[in-house]
Amino acid sequence: MQLTGAQALIKSLEREGVDTIFGLPGGAILPVYDPILDSSIRHILVRHEQGAGHMAEGYALATGRAGVAMVTSGPGATNIVTPIANAHMDSTPLVVITGQVATKSIGSDAFQECDITGITMGITKHNFLVQSGREIPRAVAAAFYLATTGRPGPVLIDLPKDVAQAKMEWWYPESIDELDLPGYRPEVEIDERAVARAVQLIGLSERPVLYVGGGTLKSRAHAELLAFAERTKIPVVTTLMARGAFPDSHDQHLGMPGMHGMYSAVTALQKSDLLIALGARFDDRVTGQISSFAAGAKIIHVDIDRAEFNKVRHADVTLQTNVAVALRALDDAGATPVNLDVWWKEIRTWQERYPLIYDEPAKEGPLRPQHVIEAIARSAAPGTIVSAGVGQHQMWASQYWDFEEPGTWVNSGGAGTMGFGLPAAIGAKAGRPDRTVWCIDGDGCFQMTAQELVTASSERIPIKVAILNNAYLGMVRQWQEMFYEERYSEVYLSADLPDYVKWAEAMGCVGLRAHNVAEMHDVIERANEINDVPVVIDFRTDSEEKVFPMVAAGASNDDIIVHPLLRPDAP
Amino acid sequence: MSPEPFLGDAEHTAVRHHILSVLVENKAGVLARIAGLFARRGFNIYSLAVAPAEGNARFSRVTIVVDMESAPLEQIVGQLDKLVNVVAIKDLAPSDALERELLLATLSVTGKNRREVLEVVANTGASIVDVSAASVTVMLAGTPSSCDRLEKSLESFADVELQRTGRVALPRLGQSQPA
Repeated sequence: MQLTGAQALIKSLEREGVDTIFGLPGGAILPVYDPILDSSIRHILVRHEQGAGHMAEGYALATGRAGVAMVTSGPGATNIVTPIANAHMDSTPLVVITGQVATKSIGSDAFQECDITGITMGITKHNFLVQSGREIPRAVAAAFYLATTGRPGPVLIDLPKDVAQAKMEWWYPESIDELDLPGYRPEVEIDERAVARAVQLIGLSERPVLYVGGGTLKSRAHAELLAFAERTKIPVVTTLMARGAFPDSHDQHLGMPGMHGMYSAVTALQKSDLLIALGARFDDRVTGQISSFAAGAKIIHVDIDRAEFNKVRHADVTLQTNVAVALRALDDAGATPVNLDVWWKEIRTWQERYPLIYDEPAKEGPLRPQHVIEAIARSAAPGTIVSAGVGQHQMWASQYWDFEEPGTWVNSGGAGTMGFGLPAAIGAKAGRPDRTVWCIDGDGCFQMTAQELVTASSERIPIKVAILNNAYLGMVRQWQEMFYEERYSEVYLSADLPDYVKWAEAMGCVGLRAHNVAEMHDVIERANEINDVPVVIDFRTDSEEKVFPMVAAGASNDDIIVHPLLRPDAP
Repeated sequence: MSPEPFLGDAEHTAVRHHILSVLVENKAGVLARIAGLFARRGFNIYSLAVAPAEGNARFSRVTIVVDMESAPLEQIVGQLDKLVNVVAIKDLAPSDALERELLLATLSVTGKNRREVLEVVANTGASIVDVSAASVTVMLAGTPSSCDRLEKSLESFADVELQRTGRVALPRLGQSQPA
C-alpha cells in the first residue's frame, strides 16, 4: 500500500494507540494536518505551542500513557522546548513531532528552519531527524518504545516537509528487534546478591524510612509499595514527584520531605539509619545541604537508571531495576526490620508537635490560601486530579491536598516551570474526561499560559482553575522577605490587573471571585455545579502568607524553620 | 618501527585519566551527542578519536580519554550509556589499555639543520613520509609517550607544523600475549 509520509505518520500514531494529539499547524508540518481530517485521533488545537507540550505532559501524568504533541518547524519547535525540558527533568513519557524544512533546504537558513534536534539533544531521551518515508514507521514505533520504557522521557521526531509529502510503501515494525536500537536495553536482570545485601541492611535497621520518588509512580509500583510498607511497618515519605504513590490517609505516611516538607518527614529522613530510596534521585530540594543530609543513614538505592547511583549520595546497596520488581524481590527475600515501636514513638511525637498549621482565616478576608485549598479538596469528588504551577501555591497544594491514588497529582517538579498548571490540567482532563480536574494556580503562573483557556472552552474541556491571587510572585516575595531584608524587587503584580473574571469570560469560561470566607464557599459550590465549561475563580488571598515548614536553600535539613505558631516563643 | 614492546603507557597517562572505548551507531549527530553530554555535565575530555569499527559501516569506535578529576568514572559511564546510540562501553584503566597514537610533523630543512632532523628521526623511531626541497614531513605511530618525546625533540626547530591524532586503545590481551 502506497501512502504519503504524512499519512504514514498518522497511521503509525494510530498503530501506537494514540487517541489525542495536542498541536498547532504551520508551514513545514502542513502535509501532516491533512490526513488528521480522516483519522480517528482527536486533535486539540492549542493557542501556543508551549501549551501543547504541557497538555501532553498533563495527559501523560494523568493516564500513564505517552502524551503526543505536534508543532511546526522553527518558532513552533522552539516554543515547545520548555515542555520538553520539563518532561526530561520529570521523566514524563512524551512524543513530540516537529515539522522541518525540506531535506534539500536543511542547513541553508531556510524560512522557519531551526536545528531542533540539535537544540533538544540535551533535553530529550532521544531524537530523530527522519530522512525518508520508509523510516517514519520505525521512528514512531521507536519513539513510543523509548519514551515509555526504562526511565521514561521525551522523544522528538523531526519530520522534513518533503519526507511528509513523498510516497512510501506502508509497513510497520512488528517487534522490538525491528526498531534498530542496538544500544538500548531497558530491561536489567535483578542482582540477587544486591537483594541479599539489602535484606541484610533492612534486618539490621532500627530507624528505616521508605524514601519514595517519582520512579515509583513511573514503574506503577504503588500496590507493591503498599504491601511492602504494611508488612514491614516502615515509615513512608513521598517526594513532590511521588505524591499519590502512597495514600496520604495511611497512618504510616509522613507526607512530603524536602524544602517545604512535613517536619516529621524531613526529620525522619535526617534521623534515619537506613533510607530505602525508591526511584528517587536525592534532589537538592529534598536533601538540603548534602553533607548533613541523613548523615547517619545507610542507603539502599533502587533506580532503573544507573547514572543516578552515587551521583549525589553514596549508596551502600544499589539495585538497578524497576521499583515494583525490586519491592517484590525484597518481599520474596523476606526483608524485615527489627521491631520499630521505638522509632514510631519518636516519629509520632514530631507529628504531634509539628503538624501542618496556618493562621485562623479572618472571616472578612483576605483568604488564607491553605484554607482555600482545603475547602476545594473537601468538596471535591474522590479521584479528583489536581494540577499546579510552580511556587507557593504548588507547595500548599502538595501539603494540603490528600492524594490517595496514582495519577491524581500533575505538577512540574525538577524544572519548576511556571505556567505548567493550566495547560497540564487541560491535558489531564482530555486524557481522563471521567475525572474532575482542578488547577491550583498562582496569579503569576496563570498569566504565563492562560491563553489556553480558549483551547479549553472551544474544545469543551471543562477544567476548574483556582487562582490563589496574592498579587505577587509569591515565592520570590517570600525569599525577599526572609533573606533580602524585605527589599521587594520586581515581584508585585497587582490583584486587579488583569481582571481575572473578565479574562475568564472573554475566553468563554465562567469567571468567579471570592474575597472572604463566605464567598469562598459559595464560589466553590458553584464551580462544582458547572460541568460543561471551564471555570476560573479569582481567590483574593493574603500576600504575606508564607510556606512553612521551610529549609532555606543550601541550609541543613536540621535547621528546618517551622510555622511561627509552632515556635517556642509563639503566643 | 618503535623500539618499545607492549610496555603500556601507565607512566604517561596520569592516574586521573581513564580510557573509554565506546562502540556507537554510525549515525548522524552521534559525536555531537557525546560531546554535548560531556559539555553539559562538566566532564572533561582529554583526547578523542573516532573511526569506523571493525570495517563495519554500522558502528564506529570512539576512544575517549577522560579526566576523572572532573567527575567520577561511574557517573561518566552511566550517563554515556544512556545515549541511545551508544552500544557498548569498555572502560580501560591505563595499565589495562594498549594505546597508540599517530603524530605527523612538517619541518623546514636547511643545509644547517639537516643532520639534526635526521638524528631526531632516527632517535625517536619516527620515519620520513614526505620530502620537498625545503621541508620534510615525519611520522611516528607509537605510544603516546613516544609521541610526547618526539614533540619535545621538535621544540627546538623553527616553523614546525604538528598534528597528533589523539590516542586509540584496545584492551591488553594479558596472559595470552607473550611479554
